[in-house]
Amino acid sequence: MQALTTEQIRAVIARGKLRDNIFKAMGIFCLSLALIVIVALIADMVMKGSERFTLDFFLNFASRRATQAGILSAWVGSLLVMLVTALAAVPLGVAAGLYLEEYAKRNWLTNVIEINISNLAAVPSIVYGLLALGIFVYQFGFGQSILSAGLTLALLILPIIIVSTREAIRAIPAMIREGSMAVGATRWQTCRYHIVPYAMPGILTGVIIGLARAIGETAPIITIGALTFIAFLPPAPFMGEPAAGLFDWVFAPFTVMPIQIFNWTSRPDPAFEINAAAAGFVLMAMVLSMNAVAIWLRYKMRKNIKW
Amino acid sequence: MFKHSKLVSALAVAGVALFGAQAAQAQIVKIDGSSTVYPITEAVAEEFQKSKKNAVKVTVGISGTGGGFKKFCRDETDLSNASRPITKKEMEDCKAAGVEYIEMPVAFDALTVVINPKNTFLKEATVAELKALWEPAAQGKVMKWNQVNPAWPDAPVKLFGAGADSGTFEYFTEAIVGKAKSSRGDYTASEDDNVLVQGVSRDVNAIGYFGYAYYAENMNKLKALPIVPPKGGAAVAPSEQAVIKGTYQPLSRPIFVYVKAKSLQKPEVKEFVEFYMKNAAKLTKEVKYVPLPDNAYTGNLEHVKKNKIGTVFGGQNEVGITIEELMKREAKM
Repeated sequence: MQALTTEQIRAVIARGKLRDNIFKAMGIFCLSLALIVIVALIADMVMKGSERFTLDFFLNFASRRATQAGILSAWVGSLLVMLVTALAAVPLGVAAGLYLEEYAKRNWLTNVIEINISNLAAVPSIVYGLLALGIFVYQFGFGQSILSAGLTLALLILPIIIVSTREAIRAIPAMIREGSMAVGATRWQTCRYHIVPYAMPGILTGVIIGLARAIGETAPIITIGALTFIAFLPPAPFMGEPAAGLFDWVFAPFTVMPIQIFNWTSRPDPAFEINAAAAGFVLMAMVLSMNAVAIWLRYKMRKNIKW
Repeated sequence: MFKHSKLVSALAVAGVALFGAQAAQAQIVKIDGSSTVYPITEAVAEEFQKSKKNAVKVTVGISGTGGGFKKFCRDETDLSNASRPITKKEMEDCKAAGVEYIEMPVAFDALTVVINPKNTFLKEATVAELKALWEPAAQGKVMKWNQVNPAWPDAPVKLFGAGADSGTFEYFTEAIVGKAKSSRGDYTASEDDNVLVQGVSRDVNAIGYFGYAYYAENMNKLKALPIVPPKGGAAVAPSEQAVIKGTYQPLSRPIFVYVKAKSLQKPEVKEFVEFYMKNAAKLTKEVKYVPLPDNAYTGNLEHVKKNKIGTVFGGQNEVGITIEELMKREAKM
């Protein structure tokens, strides 16, 4: 083989660098395309909806008059549904993920379960709605309530939480487990004091991404029968006359943000488009702030882990 | 509700014990059904809650006329919004569940055939012309305006219409084509009427149809096409007067609210119905629908008082029925 001259080597390097730069430019272009879309979307909603960003918009119920219509029942409904979803999905999902990673034996049954969980993550959300209509609404008699909606969305995000829990646990080095076992800890103690705390940042990220997906869901909520016009809030515990029970609110009828937005976009009066844009921005802000909290938590908790 | 298995009932009982009984939400008037009737019922609900200082709660959902009747006949709602009379099948379902109801027309909806404001050749249309344009046989064949009427130009037709699940689609096909749900399929269909408004307002060769309220809110972007009545005479454009006088035919129809007879024993439902009939004329106008003559609303109240249960349609929709005829007829379950 003939040795390359310095010039030839330089040419090879230059070609490589050129390719590098072309790829870099393409990457930046793709990234900025995605960013431009989201920025344009937000800017559009802010500009269209700007005149509705008043305190009244957040404190008023729905109305036939666009200027007086607000999102009070919608954002309260969305938050309460999320609360039920989180309470139901997080313990179940984390426990299931922990079991599959730390306890379950590797055999055909766990393989089947694993495949099923991955498949469940890909099931369209409307299917969960139909399932929930049969089970929660009619079979269990929960009715068209916050409880039914929360449990439906919990089912929807359960696979996401299980998968992210397992991934977080898998990222912990085996020596941590071995070390813990070596000094005589039981499997439970190992999980309780090592595995779960170290996996927590990853688990929380999965939980919040799951919840952020759930808050924007419309189809399953419509299927189980969320309402469109509702001008009262669920009963607060121990308030009102006669005093409401601690958990009465879970049986209350409700509406959520995406349904309110959808209703406003389909009205004859064009003035409601302003409301829809403003509500869309609020929903977007809710999702983005949930993601921000996830990033912050991950950062903060990772800092505290010292192996 | 908990009739399925012992396990389920045990779970449900445990759930109720844990979360407390549902008694706290007794005073709720539950309404569901058609999206066409929704704006009127919503306006009434809003005003009613205000007048009661929120002591009575009203919820209104949108499941479509059919979906609303499903819930109504399952004894889940107190009132049902309907953009067409109850069907035979739904009457049977209600009967099976022991649900008795009183039928109340609350307003007129005038389906409006709209064209682009820049369209200069269309001044009016007959039902036969509209039929030639929309019937199933026209699919893939009638693509140009001059195929319908030689006086019209050799330009492509762009059709916009309601989606197949809506009561609007059902009524339009019945009134124009002569058979409910029978329509060509190669047109831009949407359940969201604003999509149709946008479509027609952007294309000079477009023609579409939807409820009068959407036309009334978008008069600057659209032109309503006057229709020659099937019985002959001058073409009539949709307007409040034409609808009330019954000259805008065959595209105006009454829309209804059905109330459950058993629910009327609850004072809050009775009060709501009375409030509805007393304020319907004013609120209907506000949301751009055409109100019925006053004696129709008092007639409804009379029917409630006399507990006149059942429907006057016998499970069959009718095109071109006047409100006077409707109020006089005998109702049957």
